[in-house]
Amino acid sequence: MKLLTHNMLTSKFMKGVVKGYPLGIVASEVKEVAVDYNPDFVCRMIPKLEWGSLCSAADSIGKLGDLPKELPENIESNQDFLKKVHHLLMEVEVISGNLICPETGRKFPINNGIPNMLLNEDEV
Amino acid sequence: MSEILVFFTQTNILEFKLPELKTLAKLSSVPLTLNENSHDKKNPFLVLDLQSEDDAKRLMKRTVLMRSMYELWASAKTHDDLYSQLAKCPHHLKAQYVQRPDGTFRVKVDAFGKKLQDPDRQDRLDKILGILPFEGKVKLNNPDQSFHLLELYGQAGSKTPDKPLRVYFGRWLMDGQRDQIRHYHLQKRQYIGNTSMDSCLSLLMANQAMVTENALVCDPFVGTGSLLVAAAGCGAYVTGTDIDYNVLHGKGKSSRYNQIWKGPDENIRSNLRQYGLEHCYLDVMQADFSKCIWREQPLFDAIITDPPYGIRESTRKIGSDKNNLVNHEHLQNHVPSCTKYGLTDIFRDLLNFAAKFLKKGGKLVYWLPVYTPEYTVDNIPQHPCLELVANSEQPLSVHVSRRLITMRKHLDYEEARESELQATVSDDHYTESFRYRYFHSAGVPEQKAKADARDEQDPLDRERKVQS
Ligand SMILES: C[S@@+](CC[C@H](N)C(=O)[O-])C[C@H]1O[C@@H](n2cnc3c(N)ncnc32)[C@H](O)[C@@H]1O
Repeated sequence: MKLLTHNMLTSKFMKGVVKGYPLGIVASEVKEVAVDYNPDFVCRMIPKLEWGSLCSAADSIGKLGDLPKELPENIESNQDFLKKVHHLLMEVEVISGNLICPETGRKFPINNGIPNMLLNEDEV
Repeated sequence: MSEILVFFTQTNILEFKLPELKTLAKLSSVPLTLNENSHDKKNPFLVLDLQSEDDAKRLMKRTVLMRSMYELWASAKTHDDLYSQLAKCPHHLKAQYVQRPDGTFRVKVDAFGKKLQDPDRQDRLDKILGILPFEGKVKLNNPDQSFHLLELYGQAGSKTPDKPLRVYFGRWLMDGQRDQIRHYHLQKRQYIGNTSMDSCLSLLMANQAMVTENALVCDPFVGTGSLLVAAAGCGAYVTGTDIDYNVLHGKGKSSRYNQIWKGPDENIRSNLRQYGLEHCYLDVMQADFSKCIWREQPLFDAIITDPPYGIRESTRKIGSDKNNLVNHEHLQNHVPSCTKYGLTDIFRDLLNFAAKFLKKGGKLVYWLPVYTPEYTVDNIPQHPCLELVANSEQPLSVHVSRRLITMRKHLDYEEARESELQATVSDDHYTESFRYRYFHSAGVPEQKAKADARDEQDPLDRERKVQS
């Protein structure tokens, strides 16, 4: 699971959960893969991100580096910054671990990089 | 202005030709006026007025349904008429293409709906070369210019008339993307399943969805990811969900004839890798579509999907009628039990999902199975935020077909108006008896149809397996 995807996921679909966001990450295996850098795509994704959640997610798996806690201005021309965001969004992958609902503590396991967001029949 | 002749491929999706053409015109900003009602969908030829040759070529860049395009020099009911038109061929064309001793050329004669004999062919060639004395060298392979006499004799199956319905003469401009269909063909695909979508239809869906570079595309019923492969082929970044662990993880039984279990690299990601598109892979997740896992925002540029029909593979969602409590200690290995997820609900959920998650202007493209004797447009689900762009039929058997629906999000979704902004169907096509009729009409005897409907085994699926 990439951090880009993580930024878009919630557990709001669970009964009684109000926001379900952001999901916590407890990773047991994290991998870095090389993905072609595409500044246009990164620029398209940035407005769709919850910046604070990206920072805390990156931090929780030890990949925050020197990413600014506030989204800087004029990012389009800031290649240095875009490359960092590209790396975080596209190249860092949680291979195994759990996503955790912030309200209920319900764990959603990640195996082989694929999160399992299914509930059980007694939860729906 | 130039008159352009389009020659379409022969398929069972004739209704898709004009929608694709219109979409590609929008996608490549080519001004196009079409008189749709005057076009007989069975006619493989269509004449367009375009502003330039360049516009024509732009239309061909992504087409899977147009085979070739020609600059039209003459078109007539009879050969004699055609020849006399060619005799009056404008000077600038002659100067540019006929009086060109330095160039190479060829003239081809092709007939549709009739087999031409060699002497007939030669006779036509001689006539044409008499009228247009090309000065260049003949070159059959890859000449500078290729000229075509195209004769239409009506549709295959009907009795061949002696005289053609229409004859055309033109200069070849460009072919469509048939090589893309071959490139992505399922026969060579790393990972396939029973319901993988063939490459032509997948590419067509990506075209209908106007998928372009750097788009974000989602398939909520992703299966083996055929639709994502096509979208990534257009330069999009892709993501998807499926309820089935084995489908996503490439575990369990193989769908290939000569193989029992899926191999280690049979998954969606390796399908993309196979075509050098792994950089477009974002993620796939195991999720039940009736429970939305995404943070609400206009996120996707396109949603393209082939929902479960409850016919070929079971439509299910997580739930239980019994009150069986699950011991959470054993969660890791627990496979949740599923309840029926009706087709009407699936499509309603799909439209609601699209209304929330598509960017304004984004497209939803999906298949709707129908029992043709009872189908009406009122069966198409609607949503206040979505407008219907195209609705084309692919016949599957005498009484069964599926329709490719293209919708465009034209209104923003507002949470505050949630109660008004809901998908509706004015006439539900999927009543209890749909499944029975669907099976029954697919040419399966009554007893067997009832059993199939119970077992959720698709008669068409068997048919497809035999074909492939
Ligand atoms: C027609 S197949 C899609 C095939 C896909 N286009 C491909 O190329 O392989 C439908 C898929 O929907 C999945 N599915 C069924 N019910 C679902 C649900 N409630 N939520 C999500 N996926 C579901 C099935 O597991 C199946 O893979």
